[in-house]
Amino acid sequence: MILGLTRSWSLIGYLITAVLLLPLLALIVQATQPDEAVFSHLFNTVLPTYIYNSLQLMLLVGGGSLVIALPAAWFIARCEFPGRRYFQWLLLLPLAMPAYIVAYVYTDMLDYAGPVQRAMRAWFEWQTPHDYYFPAIRSIGCAAIVLSLVLFPYIYLLARTAFMEQSSHFLHASKVMGCGPWRSFWRLALPMARPALAVGVALVAMETAADFATVSYFAVPTLTTAVYDTWLGYGSLTAAAKLSAIMLLVVFSMVGVERFARRKQQLFQKQSKMSEADRYQLAPAKAWAAWSYCMGLIAISFLLPFVVLCTYAVDYFSESWDDRFLQYSINSLYIAAIVSFICVALAVVLMFVRRVSPRRSDQLASRLSSTGYALPGTVLAIGVLVPLTYADFAINDLMAWFGAKGPGLLFTGSVFALIFAFCVRFIAIAIGSLESSYKRISPSLDMASITLGQSPRQLLRNVHLPLLRKGMFTGALLVFIESMKELPAALLLRPIGFENLATNVFQFVSDEKLEHGALAAIVIVLVGLVPLIYLNRSLEQSR
Amino acid sequence: MKLLNNVVLLGLAGMTFSATAADPLTVYSYRQAFLVEPILAKFTEQTGVDVNVVFAKDGIAERIAREGRLSPADVVLTSDFSRLMELVEKDLVSPVNSPAIDENIPAQYRSPNHDWYALTMRVRNVYSSKERTGKIDIDYQDLASEQYKGKICTRSGKHPYNIALVASMIAHDGEAKTKTWLEGVKANLARKPQGNDRDQVLAIKEGLCDIAIGNSYYYGKMMMDKNQKSWAEAVYINFPNQQNRGAHINVSGMALAKHAPNKDNAIKLMEFLTSNVAQGMYAEVNMEYPVKADVAPSKLVASWGDFKADSLPVYKLAENHQAAIKLLDEVKFDL
Repeated sequence: MILGLTRSWSLIGYLITAVLLLPLLALIVQATQPDEAVFSHLFNTVLPTYIYNSLQLMLLVGGGSLVIALPAAWFIARCEFPGRRYFQWLLLLPLAMPAYIVAYVYTDMLDYAGPVQRAMRAWFEWQTPHDYYFPAIRSIGCAAIVLSLVLFPYIYLLARTAFMEQSSHFLHASKVMGCGPWRSFWRLALPMARPALAVGVALVAMETAADFATVSYFAVPTLTTAVYDTWLGYGSLTAAAKLSAIMLLVVFSMVGVERFARRKQQLFQKQSKMSEADRYQLAPAKAWAAWSYCMGLIAISFLLPFVVLCTYAVDYFSESWDDRFLQYSINSLYIAAIVSFICVALAVVLMFVRRVSPRRSDQLASRLSSTGYALPGTVLAIGVLVPLTYADFAINDLMAWFGAKGPGLLFTGSVFALIFAFCVRFIAIAIGSLESSYKRISPSLDMASITLGQSPRQLLRNVHLPLLRKGMFTGALLVFIESMKELPAALLLRPIGFENLATNVFQFVSDEKLEHGALAAIVIVLVGLVPLIYLNRSLEQSR
Repeated sequence: MKLLNNVVLLGLAGMTFSATAADPLTVYSYRQAFLVEPILAKFTEQTGVDVNVVFAKDGIAERIAREGRLSPADVVLTSDFSRLMELVEKDLVSPVNSPAIDENIPAQYRSPNHDWYALTMRVRNVYSSKERTGKIDIDYQDLASEQYKGKICTRSGKHPYNIALVASMIAHDGEAKTKTWLEGVKANLARKPQGNDRDQVLAIKEGLCDIAIGNSYYYGKMMMDKNQKSWAEAVYINFPNQQNRGAHINVSGMALAKHAPNKDNAIKLMEFLTSNVAQGMYAEVNMEYPVKADVAPSKLVASWGDFKADSLPVYKLAENHQAAIKLLDEVKFDL
């Protein structure tokens, strides 16, 4: 921007980006190898359908979760109605629920053989599927609905923060000029929140692109399915890497288009945020509508699946109780805590460099760092193994050269690999939430502080960090919860003897009996609730 | 930044500790931990050697390959044969010289080079509706016949169990015939491939289809599950191709990791897994057929009756594995 940043800051930024990109580079190198025609075979048979499905799913889920999240964020941030204080964190609950579990519960429930259709058949005395119409559950539409229900809190959280951080001056100005709530929403709040919404939709789209477990419940093959098929079926990591590259390209062009569309928009504001008094007091009928919207949303995205899980857990208590749950929970918690701390710290540095550096390369560095999120977990895990095992071998060889016994697998044999993989995958979330917070800090603050002779470090510490607190909290929360749930990377990279809640649930899911893992799944949700409530309170208090 | 360094150092310190404690065996397992843990606990009880398990569904072969000579893996357990072959192909296993194992496992279920061994067998059965179809004498080939139009359910064609079945069809009938067969089966499906093997049985119970393809042990496991018992009771389990080549068999298995740090104990464990005790546990806990000839299957499994198994050597399936996936893609089986 305006600050002649010292080289050392830039260097730190490059370094972070380089480390985070290592797994991706390993995959790209892999993608350039020849792959024995697997790729062209795929292209001639199923790939076009997969690509079409992926695109369709990303658009549907991105749009769907936006449509679901926007009213909720608006009600919570700008309106006053009974229960608002509870809803603001209740609406985050779906995040604590792994998507594949919600998918399992819903497909199980609404399938032809599930309790809902069974009851309908018994009631109306239908005999066969030809006797009545019921939408096909295992279809792209239903997959999109369920994914939207699970992922909308990303957008909700970012949009809510954006709405809350919007200066009340704008609101007052719009009131003076005769705008009612609707007009002021469409003309003012929504366009101003656009960067935050874009970040949220991008995150949701990337998460959708990387998903494998959920779509496979819905029998919807996507590009990720193809990645798995090529890698595990055809045994071609090269073709799999190529497909991953296509996937990244798709995601980034979508994000790029959005960025391009708002390239001329700039929005900054000084303090004076919303206060309690600025909220619209909803009339009873409207308040009731807002209440039922929020309540309904929570009911279908969280309560219902959660209750089903609980019935499984009660039914199969003896099979699912494991006296090591406490240890699993601690493992889940401490990994998630470390990862969210590192991700936010790195994201702050990256975003700071991007903000104050005039250099294009610095800008690019921080954008590239987000790439890991769109990679399916297992593929990312392989990418992580490559550089880390090189490092392990280097250390051992070096020690051997000195005549000492090497330490063995220092990186890949420990939680380091796990933490590294999680950071690569989830830094995008931290960057995303900081990005939207940074967008709202006026550059005149930076200029003023430089004029006053502050160093970049002081600018960051004294000016930016206090203003970024909310974004940092949001980012940390999201990363934390994602780390609690993340599965494929955890399975493959965990050190020997390491088990956490997610890996524990998965071994049951993969043996076709989620019922037995229901208890652990409930613990994931409950353990995820603790930081969720705590962080939500911090968000509230920092207003 | 300083705090960050501390965190990393702390982490590193924690790991070195765990990496240097050498003695216990390390098992990398494609099979779920809860399936193998009771058996491994028995081994520890008998020998005093501790065993750690790392379970993962995908990517174990890559992890071992990357870890190379530093790999802590001693024994690898797989849930189907294609993973075993993958390990062999990637040169990640080493041959075992153990007369005890060779004696326990019949020759057709182990590698001539002693680098992999099957531990359990399961049949890819055809289930039929008790109410609408009755017990049937069926060949896999019949699944493509006109009479089953709109009556068949199956999970994704790309699931390893279905891929193996298609690979065996190719081994017996050739690619061209198998392709026509696959197209026929696809045309007969009552719904697009979805769910798992148990879901197909439930679909029969609910009247969505009459015929389903599924592994034998799920039938037993459903019988043992209080909520799913009624599903299993709605179907018969049929062993296909009994008048000719026999029913298709898939195996779970084991191999000694190439760079196993504790080879001696690893072989002890492998011997134990083929012993009467362990084979009996596999049979009882997981309802699979033990490979060791003199170990009986569980009572429930035995009650399904004797059957003729396809004598096709397991490695023949491996040869046709890729061709099978290609065919499934070509006929767009799952779409």
